[in-house]
Amino acid sequence: MKSAQIHAYLSENYTRRRWVDRGMRLVLFLCAVAALVPLFSVLGYVLFRGVPGLNLDFFTQIPRPVGEAGGGMANSLVGTCILVATASLLGIPWGIAAGVYLSEYGRTKTAHVVRFATDILASVPSIVIGLFIYALFVVPMGGFSALAGGMALGVLMIPTVARSTEEMLRLVPTHIREAGLALGLPRWKVILRVVLRGCVSAITTGVMLAIARVAGETAPLLFTALNNRFWSDSLTQPIASLPVQIYSYAIAPFEEWHTQAWAGALVLVLLVFVINIGSRVFFRGDAIGRE
Amino acid sequence: MEASTQQDPILRIRSLNAWFGESHAVKDVSLDISPNAVTAIIGPSGCGKSTFIRCLNRLHEEVPSAGAAGEVLLSGMNIYGEGVDPVGIRRKIGMVFQKPNPFPALSIFDNVVSGLRLGGVRRRSILVEVAERSLRQAALWDEVKDKLHAPGTGLSGGQQQRLCIARALAVDPPVLLMDEPTSALDPIATAKIEELVLELKKQVTIVIVTHNMQQAARISDRTAFFLMGELVEYGETSTVFTVPKEERTERYITGKFG
Ligand SMILES: Nc1ncnc2c1ncn2[C@@H]1O[C@H](COP(=O)(O)OP(=O)(O)O)[C@@H](O)[C@H]1O
Ligand SMILES: [Mg+2]
Repeated sequence: MKSAQIHAYLSENYTRRRWVDRGMRLVLFLCAVAALVPLFSVLGYVLFRGVPGLNLDFFTQIPRPVGEAGGGMANSLVGTCILVATASLLGIPWGIAAGVYLSEYGRTKTAHVVRFATDILASVPSIVIGLFIYALFVVPMGGFSALAGGMALGVLMIPTVARSTEEMLRLVPTHIREAGLALGLPRWKVILRVVLRGCVSAITTGVMLAIARVAGETAPLLFTALNNRFWSDSLTQPIASLPVQIYSYAIAPFEEWHTQAWAGALVLVLLVFVINIGSRVFFRGDAIGRE
Repeated sequence: MEASTQQDPILRIRSLNAWFGESHAVKDVSLDISPNAVTAIIGPSGCGKSTFIRCLNRLHEEVPSAGAAGEVLLSGMNIYGEGVDPVGIRRKIGMVFQKPNPFPALSIFDNVVSGLRLGGVRRRSILVEVAERSLRQAALWDEVKDKLHAPGTGLSGGQQQRLCIARALAVDPPVLLMDEPTSALDPIATAKIEELVLELKKQVTIVIVTHNMQQAARISDRTAFFLMGELVEYGETSTVFTVPKEERTERYITGKFG
């Protein structure tokens, strides 16, 4: 074909191609919208059902006995914070340590086993983790406790934190590590003070996503932290939490409790939402994210 | 230039070999490095220049599957001797890399003093003093003295490379290895680094890898020509570039191959 012919051919098809392009763009746009429909329906419905139950009492009062009106979920809110804090204290250092090991010493046989185990752990249903803590901790200790609940959630955090830490560390180029070694620093110091330091905010993102994930977990708490109708800040006592409280109110036969359960659901969703958005802000501030 | 070569060598390399797994990257190299001089390592890409100088501070062995054998005597002490800690060796033999690599998320100041601080020096007055001295040595002080707490990665490429030189100098190594330190830089930044090398050799011994023969001719006192892992020729730079002993050297410097 001569170039004049090619030109003619191409421009002939130009109009048609433009229409196909527009059509495809519309189809893809509709697909994207369809994917958002469930998200927004959930958010919208939770908002619709939850707002009526939100009032000052919800945030300041503990549950009232059956038959009495009013009361709130203040103890569950505090309980969720205590559980998440305990879980973080146990799960984050462990997860980060595992992630560092996988990234920096990841070529050994042991590391492959650890990586495989982490992946398995990530896919174990959370109720099984709860059962595991129940058998290994709750039964021997003779009772449900906040600590047991924190442990269950902490175990759930480990694989997420470990894998995100590993991925972020791998983004730090080898020559950065070599620069540290070439200064006469031992490898562990280079890893902790240079490499890890360089992606603190990226790792924070992973950690916050892990927190957001466990903050809403219900199943592993059912036989570890159980629930508590009263104020408790003791790690050795059963403790209330938003998800479990939502669960028990939602299945109860009282209309007012249902309203409170929806309010609790709304607060939980907002909590997780805020943590998620916060994690994004962190990621943007990161040194390796920008490179 | 001639005077420097008459002193006792600061590094004596004897039968140095290096491997990546089965592949033999540096083959039985022996040479002496004179103190307070610039020694250039030249040769076509892939001939083992980087591998060779990475053996001089025992960084080569950090690569998985890498191995090295032979003797490297630093002022008489074999750095491959039994029980020698590579970490201590690297404090005496600093290194600057091809790609400027300031530590991410650290300020200019923190980058410069990182070797000292992570090595256990706490006294702020010492750190401040060393930071200024090293940045002056690296000819960067005037450009950064007003923004010492800005991130090191925010500097230009040439400035980043001089920051890396300052960082290496801060631990006061008698020997500084440089692996193609200007290959990622523009001509002006390159000229600055070359000038700096000539200034620095008064205080430190420099071994510089370069694929740029004009650069080797401009700044080095002695030149070693490598080919396929072997040391082909080593001598005064003026001699190597004008009357090489080996035909392979002549072919390379006249651009016949590589
Ligand atoms: N990390 C590595 N793993 C395996 N082989 C390598 C590695 N780095 C370099 N080599 C090989 O070793 C030889 C020498 O490489 P190098 O020292 O980097 O050469 P130069 O710096 O002269 O370009 C080359 O054949 C190269 O392919
Ligand atoms: Mg090289």
